[in-house]
Amino acid sequence: MGRYIGGRIISMLITFLIIASLTFFLMKLLPGTPFNNQDKLTETQIVQLNDKYGLNDPVPVQYFNYMKNLLSGDLGVSFQQDGREVSTIIGERIGPSAYLGLQSLVVGTIIGLFLGIIAALKHNSFLDYGTMVIAVLGISIPNFVIAGLMQYWLGVKWQLLPVAYWDGFAYTIMPTIAIASIVVATIARFMRTEMLEVLGQDYITTAKAKGLSSTAVVIRHTIRNASIPIITIMGPLVVGLMTGTLVIEQIFVIPGLGEKFVNSILTNDFPIIMGTTLFFSLLFIVVILLVDIMYGIIDPRIRLAGGKG
Amino acid sequence: MEKILEVNDLHVSFDTFAGEVQAVRGVNFHLNKGETLAIVGESGSGKSVTSKAVMRLIPNPPGRIKEGEIKFGDRDLAQLSEKEMQKIRGSEISMIFQDPMTSLNPTMTIGKQIMEGLVKHQNMSKSEAKERAIELLKLVGIPNAEGRINEFPHQFSGGMRQRVVIAIALACNPRVLIADEPTTALDVTIQAQILELLNDLQEKMGTSIIFITHDLGVVANIADRVAVMYAGKIVETGTVDEIFYNPQHPYTWGLLGSMPSLDSTDEELIAIPGSPPDLLDPPKGDAFAPRNPYAMKIDTEMEPPLFKISDTHYAATWLLHEKAPKVEPPAAIKKRMQGMAPSEPIIGAKDGGKNV
Repeated sequence: MGRYIGGRIISMLITFLIIASLTFFLMKLLPGTPFNNQDKLTETQIVQLNDKYGLNDPVPVQYFNYMKNLLSGDLGVSFQQDGREVSTIIGERIGPSAYLGLQSLVVGTIIGLFLGIIAALKHNSFLDYGTMVIAVLGISIPNFVIAGLMQYWLGVKWQLLPVAYWDGFAYTIMPTIAIASIVVATIARFMRTEMLEVLGQDYITTAKAKGLSSTAVVIRHTIRNASIPIITIMGPLVVGLMTGTLVIEQIFVIPGLGEKFVNSILTNDFPIIMGTTLFFSLLFIVVILLVDIMYGIIDPRIRLAGGKG
Repeated sequence: MEKILEVNDLHVSFDTFAGEVQAVRGVNFHLNKGETLAIVGESGSGKSVTSKAVMRLIPNPPGRIKEGEIKFGDRDLAQLSEKEMQKIRGSEISMIFQDPMTSLNPTMTIGKQIMEGLVKHQNMSKSEAKERAIELLKLVGIPNAEGRINEFPHQFSGGMRQRVVIAIALACNPRVLIADEPTTALDVTIQAQILELLNDLQEKMGTSIIFITHDLGVVANIADRVAVMYAGKIVETGTVDEIFYNPQHPYTWGLLGSMPSLDSTDEELIAIPGSPPDLLDPPKGDAFAPRNPYAMKIDTEMEPPLFKISDTHYAATWLLHEKAPKVEPPAAIKKRMQGMAPSEPIIGAKDGGKNV
């Protein structure tokens, strides 16, 4: 297992470097420079600024310098907030984003699993159909629509929850619902299908033939086997969550990483674009590794080299 | 002999979109203490449904026990609540399934799968259950039981898995073991070992066995009595010798004729023409009549009752009626009936090796 993870980390590093390079060149294709919009600057000032940040160098030289700095752990400084380290900016922005992402993921997964299990156990009943209607709505309505509707009804009309901003738990509720809706819907649908599949397996009949109660059959024999495919979709789901967060943070004016990311693209703040992109990619790569490790834990057939079988 | 299980007039139906499928249509049989009853028949004859009905494992909906009783001691299993059935399943009546590759939970160690029943029915502590599980694995012939108890099903071969399945079934010393085609999914040499194991265990533990199979070769090795099922009914029942050497029902003749045997190289195998009736709309009269070369007019109009041949031997065919014309069974069957060359079936459990 240790050797397997070691190998995976090396390939993760390579993936990471490829992403860094691609992002760098794609970013260079963006029209304009960071200083274009600042009408107050004179021609000479712009040349001076470009010189200062090395933007007059040929692109390959810029790339080489950036990668050199990146490998030594230096993400550079922001163009917009002069002199502030990109890593510092990410550091202070990560809090709300991570909190929101994790809360949505945990809440969404738990509710999704619960709904999926109930729907499968009460197959073809009112509960089943009701759950699936919720799931279809959750998948088909974009989260910014849900967010807008909630802001209007819960925030403005009924004044139950704060409309926007980031100042305590009450402020997290609406963004969490908006982000978690897709998680709930996706997981509920998958879990229902997988539960129905597993409930028809021979080993479930074996478990029943042992005289186990239906609760024991479901908890010990069905859920674990049904959740194996769920782990597969967790990877893409987490990525969807990250991109979902970008929009939601914007809507709810949450001072998170996503909001910074969107703004950095609008203002051509190259080091921030690079920094946040690389941060998101790293997160994604790590999530994929975790998913694969989870597989091995939950499904003994996939336990990798090192163990027996 | 003491009857341990008695099934009377059992009807099982499945409600489908097309209508009611009458899978089992009035089955009667009993199981004596310590004996092995084989239920044979082709696919769709209702043998598996019958056995699942005894365990009350028919999924409902769509399946249901329409009528009849399943007497086990002084209880009628057909009437028990699910909770009461859970106490009987696995402890007094156990079941072995057809395909060992799919009948074990892939994400649970085999030790845990054996221990579950022990903890549930015999209130054993975990360590007691583990000890017993190791004992059981040894009993069913799994080498290095202490080491293998923590392994997962995928680490075992098919034959070994079926041994594990048997260990699970026998964990609580059940009085009745229902084996639903336990050797069908295994290759022939492993089949022989599993049959030998079942024979052995029955001797040691005194369990009564209902053995479901479509393979008459297996029957000869393991059964004391045989019930032949066709289209949801038992058409002939008798001791192994009676069924093999004095079969009376044309369907039994067909089954025996279609069984290859080592000493009949000069004969062709006889196939039973046609296919079983649609149980969505069971035919009037004898269900076997359309495929029966000996069918008479009455077969299409009235169902034959069970005619008694001896105290243990009954068959449901009008050919046994006193007014029926005498017919000659097929040559191969006649040879059997005359006691000529009682053939050893190809699958000889008695000669099977001990190790997988």
